[in-house]
Amino acid sequence: MDAFRKGLRWVFLTVEGWLDLCFPERWNPLRNLGALGFFYLWVVTVSGIYVYIFYDTGAAEAYLSVEAMTHEQRYAGGIMRSLHRYASDGMVLFMAVHTLRELAFDRYRGPRWFTWVTGVPIMALVFVCGITGYWLVWDKLAQYVAIATAEWLDVLPIFGSPIARNFLTPQNLEPRFFTLLMFLHIAVPLILLLVLWIHLQRVSRPRMHAPRGLAMGSFAMLLALSLVKPALSQGPADLGQVPSVVGLDWFYLVLYPLIDVWSPQGMWGVLGALLLMLTALPWMPPMRRAPPALVGLDNCNGCTRCAVDCPMAAITMAPRSDGKPFEREAVVDPDLCVSCGLCAGACPTATPVRRVSAFVPGIDLQHLPLRDVRESFDRAGERLRGEGRVLVIGCDQSLRVRDLERDGVAAVSLPCIGMLPPSFIDYALSRGIADGVLVTGCRPGDCQCRLGVEWTEARLAGTRDPRLRDRVPRERVAVHWAAATERRDLERAVAGFAARLRGLEGASAAQHAAAARRAGGRG
Amino acid sequence: MARVLRWLGQAVAYGLTALLIGYLADSPPYVHLAPDRALIKLAFAHGAVRNEGCRRRTAEELERLAPNMRRQVVCPRTRVPVLIELELDGRILHRASLPPTGLSGDGPSRIYERFPVAPGRHRIVARLNDTGRAAGFDYERAADVDLRPGQSFAVDFRAEAGGLVFR
Repeated sequence: MDAFRKGLRWVFLTVEGWLDLCFPERWNPLRNLGALGFFYLWVVTVSGIYVYIFYDTGAAEAYLSVEAMTHEQRYAGGIMRSLHRYASDGMVLFMAVHTLRELAFDRYRGPRWFTWVTGVPIMALVFVCGITGYWLVWDKLAQYVAIATAEWLDVLPIFGSPIARNFLTPQNLEPRFFTLLMFLHIAVPLILLLVLWIHLQRVSRPRMHAPRGLAMGSFAMLLALSLVKPALSQGPADLGQVPSVVGLDWFYLVLYPLIDVWSPQGMWGVLGALLLMLTALPWMPPMRRAPPALVGLDNCNGCTRCAVDCPMAAITMAPRSDGKPFEREAVVDPDLCVSCGLCAGACPTATPVRRVSAFVPGIDLQHLPLRDVRESFDRAGERLRGEGRVLVIGCDQSLRVRDLERDGVAAVSLPCIGMLPPSFIDYALSRGIADGVLVTGCRPGDCQCRLGVEWTEARLAGTRDPRLRDRVPRERVAVHWAAATERRDLERAVAGFAARLRGLEGASAAQHAAAARRAGGRG
Repeated sequence: MARVLRWLGQAVAYGLTALLIGYLADSPPYVHLAPDRALIKLAFAHGAVRNEGCRRRTAEELERLAPNMRRQVVCPRTRVPVLIELELDGRILHRASLPPTGLSGDGPSRIYERFPVAPGRHRIVARLNDTGRAAGFDYERAADVDLRPGQSFAVDFRAEAGGLVFR
């Protein structure tokens, strides 16, 4: 499983890298899969409302009304119908890739189980929506899908009379059937919306809206596809004739040929096992879970920064319990905490320079307290020799920065780069641990802990607390985000930064020499 | 130039996605039934007679029951299985004893079977036994039919229409 996940991750990172060459960083479709799914859902909803206005229920009327809207108002109903179909297909495509990506990046275990598990019924509901939609057209494909679905359901021992019997002859088919279908096709998406809302309950700041440019591009693509290849019916349904060959929508109807291969009972078994496995995946080995963040009330002043910055909404502010003169205190929900350390990075007490008290911030990681991180900085300084010494600070989720270590380059890795309090950069430079600090981590939008890169950029730019102090020489601080597949890129960035630092040393030495010469001349 | 290349790259990415969606939306076609075959469907839901008829309880039986349970006549709900036989050109295509559905065995017996056959002229005979008789059938219907390629021929049972129905 690990090898599969690693392979999948490599594929994703490589394709993301290609897409980064053409899309602006924030528009990369692979970093907006959930948001794109939502965007397609809105397109499906709006086009569906339009199509519904002209749809007529009834065995003959259903087909004729769809044909009328497709051909008699080609540039309105025809396009709306095509948008409805292609956006639905796109939704399935992005939903599948979104699921695979979360699997590849190991974002389904621990506190993320809830989002993963609630995603499983979403998949089932999307398929039900699509299948009922295909029935409504009542063409040959609808006939095939309706009969195959009925035959599939009939093997369950819960129906008194075979449902498929309703499709034996045209006389068996009642107009109320289409009214029921229409009700299902509207009711199921409403349930889907409800489950989508539940799906995002444990995600702090979910990205539900695709960037405008990406949304516009996606819509233009759907529109172009609708114009070039309008969605058409496959001839009216005729229950006296078997639709031998059908143009199947492989996004929604991929299971149907498998029913023919494995039998309806076999398909139920396979589907049940697949859904069960997907649901159980978060609890399957190997289990990796670090202990949750720990609040040190002696140093917590209830400032709320950790709660605001937490990507999993795992920290809440509760009334003070220790009698200290603060209004609130941070409380960590261990079930939600992913132990990323973003809270420690946000804590105003996480400053490594202490003269009086021991270094214990208001909130910290149990398995890697900031005190230990400070020690790693000190040890890294001892390993650094020569000019242009670079301290690389990276994260465990992306490239292994320790592999970059050599003469003049030392590295420290954190669970997420968002754990880095900017004061640590100040510490490294002011204590002479290194001549420069290079900060790296997952590519923007790719952060395993969702917000680590965003918060770090904002803290270094001075737009989010805690900020990098003004006294820190900015020419000695570099940022280079890199995926696990971009090691050479990062090596080049480190080498370039080291060369720049040596230039700074040289310039500084020359300045000192010139100043000394001037002073000597005056003497 | 770099800007143009980026736009071009985006166009390629959107184009490939559109190509994937547009193609898989209805291709490749799926052959559900070979075009040179016809289909006979045998489907019905029919409740056979009850296993036992209604009878009066004896005085001793009534005595043993609680006063509020003392119904004079009892009618066991269980039905006998339905026996169905479908014959094509003198050869048994399907023969099955269909148990009643329901937890108490009082529901209708049901069947839904599909038989792909070669098109052409055929003699189809259907027989049904719903009384549990030891030999013979209660219903029988035979017909000579000329099946077209792709035709769906239904064998149904409708008590209100007099029994076995060919459509």
